[in-house]
Amino acid sequence: MKSAPFEYVRPRSLAEASVALGRKGITTAAIAGGQSLLPMLNLRVATLDLLVDISRIEDLKAVAKTPTGIWIGALTTHAAIEDGKVPDLFGGLMQHVAGQIAYRAVRNHGTIGGSVALADPAGDWTCCLIALGADVRIAGRDGMRFQPIAEFVRSAFETTLAPGELIVGFDIPGPGKPFRWGFAKVARKSGAFANSIAIAVSQGTKGPASVVLGAAGPRPALLSAVSKQIQAETPEAALRLAIEADVNLCAPDADAYQKRMHTATILRALRDMRAQ
Amino acid sequence: MATHSPSEGWIGASLLRKEDARHLLGHGMFIADVRMPGIQDVAFVRSQMAHAHVRGVFKPDDARASVFTLTDLGPLTILEAGPELAAHRHSPYPALADDRVRYAGQAIAACLAPTRALAEDLADRVTFRLDELPAVVDCVEAMRPGSMRVFDAWPDNAYITSAVNEGDPASLASAPIRLRRQLRMNRQSTAPLECRGVLAYWDHRIDELVVYLSTQGGHVKRIGLSQALGLPENKVRVIAPDVGGGFGGKNRLMPEDIAVAAIALKVGHPVRWIEDRREHLLAAIHAREHFYDLTISAQADGTLLGIEGEVYIDAGAYSLWPTGSFMEASMASRNLTGPYRIRHLNLKTYTVATNKSPMGPYRGVARPGACFAIERLVDEVARELGREPFDLRRQNIVRSEELPYETAAGMRLDTGDYVASLDTARDMVDLPAIRARQARGEPDGRAIGIGFAFYTEQSGHGITEWVKRKSRVAPGYESANIRMLPDGSVIITVGTQNHGQGHETTFAQIAAHELKIDPARISVRYGDTATGPFGFGTFGSRSIVFGGGAVSRASRALAEKIQRIGAHLLQTDAASTRLENATVHGPTGEIGFTEIAYAANVRQEHLPAGMDPLLDVTATYEPTETGGVFAYGAHAAVVAVEPDTGVIEILDYVVSEDCGTMINPMIVDGQVQGGIAQGIGTALYEEIPYDEMGQPLATTFADYMMPCAPEIPMVRMAHLVTPAKATEYGVKGLGEGGAIAPPAVLANAVADAFRGIKASFNETPLTPRRVSEAVERARRAGDRTE
Repeated sequence: MKSAPFEYVRPRSLAEASVALGRKGITTAAIAGGQSLLPMLNLRVATLDLLVDISRIEDLKAVAKTPTGIWIGALTTHAAIEDGKVPDLFGGLMQHVAGQIAYRAVRNHGTIGGSVALADPAGDWTCCLIALGADVRIAGRDGMRFQPIAEFVRSAFETTLAPGELIVGFDIPGPGKPFRWGFAKVARKSGAFANSIAIAVSQGTKGPASVVLGAAGPRPALLSAVSKQIQAETPEAALRLAIEADVNLCAPDADAYQKRMHTATILRALRDMRAQ
Repeated sequence: MATHSPSEGWIGASLLRKEDARHLLGHGMFIADVRMPGIQDVAFVRSQMAHAHVRGVFKPDDARASVFTLTDLGPLTILEAGPELAAHRHSPYPALADDRVRYAGQAIAACLAPTRALAEDLADRVTFRLDELPAVVDCVEAMRPGSMRVFDAWPDNAYITSAVNEGDPASLASAPIRLRRQLRMNRQSTAPLECRGVLAYWDHRIDELVVYLSTQGGHVKRIGLSQALGLPENKVRVIAPDVGGGFGGKNRLMPEDIAVAAIALKVGHPVRWIEDRREHLLAAIHAREHFYDLTISAQADGTLLGIEGEVYIDAGAYSLWPTGSFMEASMASRNLTGPYRIRHLNLKTYTVATNKSPMGPYRGVARPGACFAIERLVDEVARELGREPFDLRRQNIVRSEELPYETAAGMRLDTGDYVASLDTARDMVDLPAIRARQARGEPDGRAIGIGFAFYTEQSGHGITEWVKRKSRVAPGYESANIRMLPDGSVIITVGTQNHGQGHETTFAQIAAHELKIDPARISVRYGDTATGPFGFGTFGSRSIVFGGGAVSRASRALAEKIQRIGAHLLQTDAASTRLENATVHGPTGEIGFTEIAYAANVRQEHLPAGMDPLLDVTATYEPTETGGVFAYGAHAAVVAVEPDTGVIEILDYVVSEDCGTMINPMIVDGQVQGGIAQGIGTALYEEIPYDEMGQPLATTFADYMMPCAPEIPMVRMAHLVTPAKATEYGVKGLGEGGAIAPPAVLANAVADAFRGIKASFNETPLTPRRVSEAVERARRAGDRTE
């Protein structure tokens, strides 16, 4: 399990990184924490010509409160969020999500930007950021662009990142009050990618609510029928009908067990949210 | 613990391990830490197909000398492996594939380069042509007529078929209770922290082949390497440095060991192969895969009568030298009665060749499967009768006044109090409180279950047992050499191979006890055939009985000589002296061991007339009863299960065990906790499934679920101590016990949680999917019958 040979550069600026990543005729990849890319390289299931190490680019490390919410730079590690080094606007939700990603050793290196860029259908951050309505800021050779994360993640391991582009960070709008959330995840064991992950948030007494299901379809999905049901004291039967409709839509290939499991995680996330 | 006082004695002292400091500081020396000038790395080219004819292997033109196929390694001798029984079929296993590959991952060629990465680059450029054959992947289907055969020369796919027929099984047909169940324990890896590794070179000065090997027994491996390579044994030296876990998986001679040693004989520099985790999951020893189709018979009052049926062992593609995996079938069937008074057995066993990595021993060997089968069946009988499973166990278990008790399959359970062990576990886990909690129900909708299981662990079995097993190598004794150096310090070398068991500490405690000196003055060494006495190594819960016994005998002989010299120097009779605190005390004076040791080693004029110089004793040891002594214990667990997701949480796990006298109780606790961690892996997590083409589906830790600290509860333990009669100090081996019962106890606990709907949990690991689907099946069956 040793990687095939590749070239390595460590740019100091976004512009340099963008040029390196966009080089024509060769396969390139950006590496931040390397928690997914390195195993794939070592197993030789991924091979590339040029590895662009973006871990020293200061522009990717910023974390700040903004007038509208919070900015989280792409290089922010799961551990930094877990440890509360990112301002908490969401009642501990991000801290909770971070603390359940893989193992601490992975969290020490793995980054929020790397996780979203990988676009694993079971990725924790994609689910969370969709639920929070975050925008992705993307740098490329032609400058910056923004995109809602739900549009940025296209499918399993597929995003709208073009050659030469990389994620700079995430704009997350501040929450409507009262903000409540619930989180549920089923994994074969601690540290394994989820088999089902559900995040429910509600913002304001009658404000927007969203329930996101991950690890079910090719990408985490906002459950529109369920999201309409969560404010009122919906009877469980109606809720289950809504869940069934949403799960059938976002995970049509799920078998009976997977549907039961997804239903259970969604219900638990909702229950925990309501209990807050 | 660190403040232990010598006056308290050294047997039974929870001393901190001598091994801990180097490992905690990262100063251990494992194979991959060994540095040699000019060393090159090997990467193996492995078959991607499960079963194929090899039509050609093509080396890159610019690197032909760095790529080795089987013909480049020769001449090599293929060793016959498995029990010495004519009925056991030979499965020749070459060091690299010949004209056939029989499992995905079998090594076809070896590539040599200055680094492993470069060796892998070279391996990527080696091509071969394989003509794929249908794969044999299910050990039951493999025995049906017309099945594809793994070995063309065999009439069917069985390495061996065997039968156990005891008592009067015909009488069972009329039993009031007869339950037939099929149970499956799936295939898994032994997954030690350190994977395998081998480093070999020709030592030109000593004119011998030196092989560093991560192994549980270097002396026995030397026999095999010498025979395979055609070298005299005095030209082969095997060194096992620190070994990062073995669990049985490093106790067979593997093709990679032979290939690397053979390459070292061809090239003029050291070569090594460090197994990576993918190779380990793919091609190292696999374990556990058993299928049981059993019928248990009982009286209406719950008296268990007998078991009939079939036991299938999926043994993989080859038998590994020396013993193969034949013991799986015999141990599974012979242990199937558990600790119960079950007198009638009619079992047929099949040890089946399949296109999977060869099966080998793994902590518990066969008994986790047997325990899972019998303990699940006991619970099924209890459910059928509407009885509390605990009570049914207690009713049928062998009572202390019946010991020693010969089981239906001829195992002699020696000492202990099984009922007391069961009762202790029940009290620790508080059975009535759990029943009350179940009656109340859980606010979160989870189901609570409680399960019990009881195991016995044959340990310290000597020559009688190994001859019965037709073992090619019969590890009926162990050896130790003890030397007192001129300054009175002591070096002990043993033939066992510490790889996490703490022998450097426990053996020092035993010698300290006999010699009346501080264990700090004693070094224990092992793992080098050039310096240690012959021994069989560490496996089968044997080391404290055999190795400890040999250390005990050698130490006593040394102590006696020290005492005689001391008496002579004190001008008195040995009989009027005693040893205490590294000193010989006489009626009128005393003399320290330092002076005695100095005299014995370098001033022999002070010795009694005619006495040989040196304080140097080698002793062997075998217990007086060679059928083995049985440690045992009751495990109990409480689980909470979410029926829709199938997720299991272990709320409580208790053990009440008896391994006889404990030399170091802290090490015993560690063995129990560690064994249970691995047993929980078998029960809930670890599995290597194969698809119908024979492709393994868990070849990295992303797919192979290895439990980690968050998955393992802190086990609460009680130790009953019933000393064995046949061993030194009354010790019994206990290395494997922890791993035996968890699959049974956890499956029983989950089944208990859903006993109302009669859900069945008869397959490990109990993954969330399997659990939820079993619950759903039972719900639907219930709907249909209502």
